[in-house]
Amino acid sequence: MKELVVLSGKGGTGKTSIVGSLAALAEDKVLADCDVDAADLHLLLEPVVRQKQEFWSGQVAVIDQEKCTQCGLCPELCHFEAIKDFRVDPVSCEGCGFCRRICPVEAITMKENLSGHWFVSDTEYGPLVHARLGIAQENSGKLVALVRQQAREMAEERGAAFIISDGPPGIGCPVISSLSGAHMALLVTEPTLSGIHDLERVLGVCRHFNVPALVCINKYDINEENSRRIEDYCREQGVEVAARIPFDNIVTEAMVKGQPVVQYNGDSPVSRQIKRLWQNIAGRLAAN
Amino acid sequence: MIISVASGKGGTGKTLVATSLAFSLKSRQPVQLLDCDVEEPNDHIFLKPLITQKEAVCIPVPKVDEAKCTHCGLCAEICAYNALAVLPDRVMVFPELCHGCGACSYLCPEKAISEEGREIGVVEWGDADGIDFVQGRINVGEAMAPPAIRQVRERANADGLVIIDVPPGTSCPVVEAVKGSHFCLLVTEPTPFGLNDLVLAVETVRELGIPLAVVLNRAGGEYNKVEEYCREENIPILLTIPLETRIARLYSRGVTLAEGMPETQELFILLRDEIRKILDEGTGSLKR
Repeated sequence: MKELVVLSGKGGTGKTSIVGSLAALAEDKVLADCDVDAADLHLLLEPVVRQKQEFWSGQVAVIDQEKCTQCGLCPELCHFEAIKDFRVDPVSCEGCGFCRRICPVEAITMKENLSGHWFVSDTEYGPLVHARLGIAQENSGKLVALVRQQAREMAEERGAAFIISDGPPGIGCPVISSLSGAHMALLVTEPTLSGIHDLERVLGVCRHFNVPALVCINKYDINEENSRRIEDYCREQGVEVAARIPFDNIVTEAMVKGQPVVQYNGDSPVSRQIKRLWQNIAGRLAAN
Repeated sequence: MIISVASGKGGTGKTLVATSLAFSLKSRQPVQLLDCDVEEPNDHIFLKPLITQKEAVCIPVPKVDEAKCTHCGLCAEICAYNALAVLPDRVMVFPELCHGCGACSYLCPEKAISEEGREIGVVEWGDADGIDFVQGRINVGEAMAPPAIRQVRERANADGLVIIDVPPGTSCPVVEAVKGSHFCLLVTEPTPFGLNDLVLAVETVRELGIPLAVVLNRAGGEYNKVEEYCREENIPILLTIPLETRIARLYSRGVTLAEGMPETQELFILLRDEIRKILDEGTGSLKR
């Protein structure tokens, strides 16, 4: 079983649209949406939820106002500035429990925190593990790890050949959690200076965690000079550019219809490129 | 006045709006731009600041003095993040798990633990042709964005106008960047993904009690559900930017809208005036 994660550094380059299409093209796979704080893959795959589970993670401090003598020690020692007017701001509290331990009158308790939910669903294209981090919650990295673990268990049970996961933007905690230990990363970029800048950083993260990467230039024709720069850069770095997908409004049309673009219009140039891309990826995953 | 520019979905145009707003207003009032997208900061590409100063972003991690340590195990017991493990003859520290809460060093009965800074990134600042520019950047491979965001935020000079470019998503980095601002602009696009993530972003910003409004980017298609949602939720759409190849091409070359099409500067000045008006009247979309 081989795991592919789709990343981009910069947001909005087309990760989810491409994953939606790979979901329709790949056989014998489990899908995972690792963008747990702004998940969109379900909008293309129309999952029927089979299982919904709570994600409890971390703790939040609570001050018992009856017991509190307002001595001022906890706001002074809290490194996260989470205590104001002897009340805990649950958004700032990182659940370390320092305040509970130092409170001289034991007025502080730690409460378990419901941080979100995760789901196992059926889609037309196979099973999907996805999640929803609660509003303004922490620990997105842990929830991503949980999604991947569930996807892996399910893939093993079914003897699936692939896990395809849609990653979050950026290079921080949830990205690292999506990437580490995967067999390959597909980096979706766009020919803008921002796209190039962010590609370089996310490729650095792949190197850091020893995950081989492939690049796909999306909307390559909005600036062909920049697309050539990306190709030159990738050549220097020894990274293959596996597809050049043109800009086409049918990607948005397909999204509005709630369909992967290869399903919506299989003969379009966009779909043909994505099909080639998947053949390339599948071949490489089988070989590595 | 502090205005944050956020969005749930990445790539909707936060950077374009933040940099154009700063660019349009710089000749009229003191403007500071804080790029808090410390995983993938892009504002520098558009504003080309002359960086004159920088400081490291460090998080305090425990350093154990083995000469004083009795291996009692208390530090490992109290650490909520499993960043310490006490063996019979030594203590192992896992700095990448440490949140820097300070509990272990304060509570160690032998005073054997001190806090040592571990560098995870950098904050840089300088002048961008009249804009007071600050950005943060975490190192490739580092997971924790919030400490770097906090350090960028500390440089806010609230005497003038402060514009904050927020990272995508809805979790802790977003909260860290947005909290304490007077107003939040949510940039979205008229697509199902744009709408789905806008709804999440609205919930997050409302949770923080900050008045908000929407900027609709790449407008012009048939999909009108974003407008519908805003109407139902009583959220003003303060600016609409059309889907135009010209704007996308400027962006791809690292030229922000207000610079490449100076006639749009008037729109960004109006945008600031509208925000002022909402704040003066107290009619921001605060209520659920």
